Amino acid sequence: MNITKNTENDRMNFWEKIYLPEIARGMGLTLKQVFKPKFTRQYPEEVWNPEGSYRGRPVLVKEEGERCVACGLCSRVCPALAIEVQASETEKDKERYPVKFEINMLRCIFCGFCEEVCPEEAIVMSKDYHLVFQSQEEAILGKDKLEVPIAKLQDRLEFLRQYR
Amino acid sequence: MPNIVIDGQKIETAAGKTVIEAAYENGMQITHFCWHPELSISGNCRMCLVEIGMPKRMPDGSIQNDNEGNPVISYFPKLQIACATTIAEGMHINTKKDNVVKAQEAVMEFLLINHPLDCPICDEAGQCKLQEYGYKYSKGESRFEEEKVHAPKHQSWGPTIVFDAERCIKCSRCIRFGQEVAKQDVLTFVNRGDHVKIELFEGTQFDNPYSMNVIDICPVGALTSKDFRFKSRVWDMSFNDSICPGCARGCNIKIGVRNNEILRIEPRTNPYVNKYWMCDYGRLSQYKFVNEDRVTEPMIRWKDELIPCSWDEAYAKAEESLKKFMPEEIMFIGSGRTANEGNYILSKFAMEVIKSENIDLFSDIDESFKDDFLKVSDKKPNCRGAVEVGIIPEKNGVKVQNLHDKMRFKNIKAIYIITDQIVQFRPILDEIDDLELLIVHAYNLTSLTKKADIVFAASTYAEIEGTYVNVDKRVQHLTPALVTAENLRFMGMKMSRLDKFGASNDRWTQHKLRNTLPHWKILTKLAEQFNVKWNYKSAKDVFKEITEKIPSFAGMTYEKLDEYQGLTLGKAEQPDPKVINYESHVMKPN
Ligand code: SF4
Ligand code: SF4
Ligand code: SF4
Ligand code: SF4
Ligand code: FES
Repeated sequence: MNITKNTENDRMNFWEKIYLPEIARGMGLTLKQVFKPKFTRQYPEEVWNPEGSYRGRPVLVKEEGERCVACGLCSRVCPALAIEVQASETEKDKERYPVKFEINMLRCIFCGFCEEVCPEEAIVMSKDYHLVFQSQEEAILGKDKLEVPIAKLQDRLEFLRQYR
Repeated sequence: MPNIVIDGQKIETAAGKTVIEAAYENGMQITHFCWHPELSISGNCRMCLVEIGMPKRMPDGSIQNDNEGNPVISYFPKLQIACATTIAEGMHINTKKDNVVKAQEAVMEFLLINHPLDCPICDEAGQCKLQEYGYKYSKGESRFEEEKVHAPKHQSWGPTIVFDAERCIKCSRCIRFGQEVAKQDVLTFVNRGDHVKIELFEGTQFDNPYSMNVIDICPVGALTSKDFRFKSRVWDMSFNDSICPGCARGCNIKIGVRNNEILRIEPRTNPYVNKYWMCDYGRLSQYKFVNEDRVTEPMIRWKDELIPCSWDEAYAKAEESLKKFMPEEIMFIGSGRTANEGNYILSKFAMEVIKSENIDLFSDIDESFKDDFLKVSDKKPNCRGAVEVGIIPEKNGVKVQNLHDKMRFKNIKAIYIITDQIVQFRPILDEIDDLELLIVHAYNLTSLTKKADIVFAASTYAEIEGTYVNVDKRVQHLTPALVTAENLRFMGMKMSRLDKFGASNDRWTQHKLRNTLPHWKILTKLAEQFNVKWNYKSAKDVFKEITEKIPSFAGMTYEKLDEYQGLTLGKAEQPDPKVINYESHVMKPN
């Protein structure tokens, strides 16, 4: 038979085979880390505030009135089918608005495509990453939870203006 | 027949045709906005500019050939519009040469100068001719920096249509449709240049019975439907082929569905039935009864109430109840609203299982509905077919005309009816309270359904596969557009995007599927209860039996009906010639 042999047993020398010096070396490495500075953060008591470039949960921008015209492009582009929009007619200039706007946060993958496609800059990625739900139903956020005053979104809007 | 050459392809076509016609009939598209095969030629959009040339002739009239024996072509110095140029022997047409492409780009640039480009809020987006050509034939950049011309964006044209003057590209299709097809000449152009605008004559409305067809032929989103406005984006909807059940014309339609709800109905081209059109009545009236107020599961009467039950309970109860009567005491009523498959099985059930001769149907003739275009007085889509497949009283059978008397004198004690709409037959409805048994295959909770003893939840025309026979004896195939518990597998990828991919934790899929069955299936199961076994697995099997048993259907299959867009009764072997159907703009990405 034609066999090429390359087992671990053949490759290791005697000292490696008895393990003990290797264990000591590993312990040494661990001991070294103990004296290095700590990186652990005490979340949630200690909260990290991300930069404008951070992609937290998508939210709707709220000025006086709404920016969203319920065009459904975010819903179309969303790779996870997280967004459901139902348009309706209004008397205002823009003609349409969303009677229903829901994002299923269990589906959302925070890709930011919805923000990228939006012609009105109405949906943007916020800094909010604390997402806690007690049921599947609760994870579907309606307009009430999605609308965020524009003042709170300045960082992101500024970021978009600069880098898009 | 003249021989012409389009983009190097030799074509033989009938004399008198225009270049654009010759092209589309041979499967080639020449870009255009204002031309429509059913309307007169207006030649105003200039999108169809092509290069046209004729073979050069020698002084003696013979054709001059080059060294290789091909004719030398001398082209017209300027591009010509393909929609208004009639073909001639030997004509050469180029639609892809650089000068043509440049002309297309220029026309697109002009059209887009004042176009608002509000696609995100425009219902036409996704199926817009301007959008489509914008992708394919325009540069994608604008050199126009000045302020666009603004115009009213929300102008009512009557009960059905909203006009957006900014989006209009002034192709005049709507004006010509009004003049030539709908015969209501109330639209016209006013002003000139970039201020040209469509206006209604003072004090008039665009409110004819076919008005909404302008929404379909408008190449842009300038005309939108009041009924549909903003209900859904086209790419979220599925469009499945069906037949309008509004009257016996049987206009070919597409049913637009999202979240398992019909949102709109639009015409589907069939040169032998409805061409490109359908009436507003059909468009607006034939979907609400499918969406709303439905009977979603079988029910049995318990005292004064209809109680939902399982299908098996309903079958058992129906068997037990029907057995209490003599066959001649039971009246079977078929329906001109349902497909041949259901009617055929009803007739078979009555004759073979119950052995009753009392089979008939109610017709609904309304002379005031009729006009000289599409609408016909028979307001049911399939009375002709129902009679053809056996919904007709046998020798001694009771006719519906006599039904009232027979009920009064207790000759008829039970009625089995596969429709729920006999409202127009008041006297019978009054007498129904005295009936001993009423079994209904119901779609909606109508006054008749509410009086029934046993209710079978039936699938409507939008949920079944089947065939109708129209006023000209044309057999046409309809396919399901909505999902029920029964046809889920069959629908599969034919569902709309959201319906296809929804999961149980999505709100849009939360509603329960309707537990309805097609008429033929209900009756097949009921026959089984009577120990009569029929082997139908699908509507196709039923139709196959119809084609074998009833000579006028001989030789037909669903595939053949689709292929020829319907076949005439008794003439399955002589179908109308197949033609390439012109589609103005139907780009609907999925
Ligand atoms: S958020 Fe933006 S993309 Fe989404 S529907 Fe509203 S306007 Fe359109
Ligand atoms: S971030 Fe991505 S996944 Fe989340 S809603 Fe937007 S498009 Fe969908
Ligand atoms: S409204 Fe539509 S059909 Fe009428 S002229 Fe304008 S673009 Fe053409
Ligand atoms: S003419 Fe008849 S079949 Fe055609 S759309 Fe109108 S109602 Fe329907
Ligand atoms: S299609 Fe020929 S000019 Fe409009």
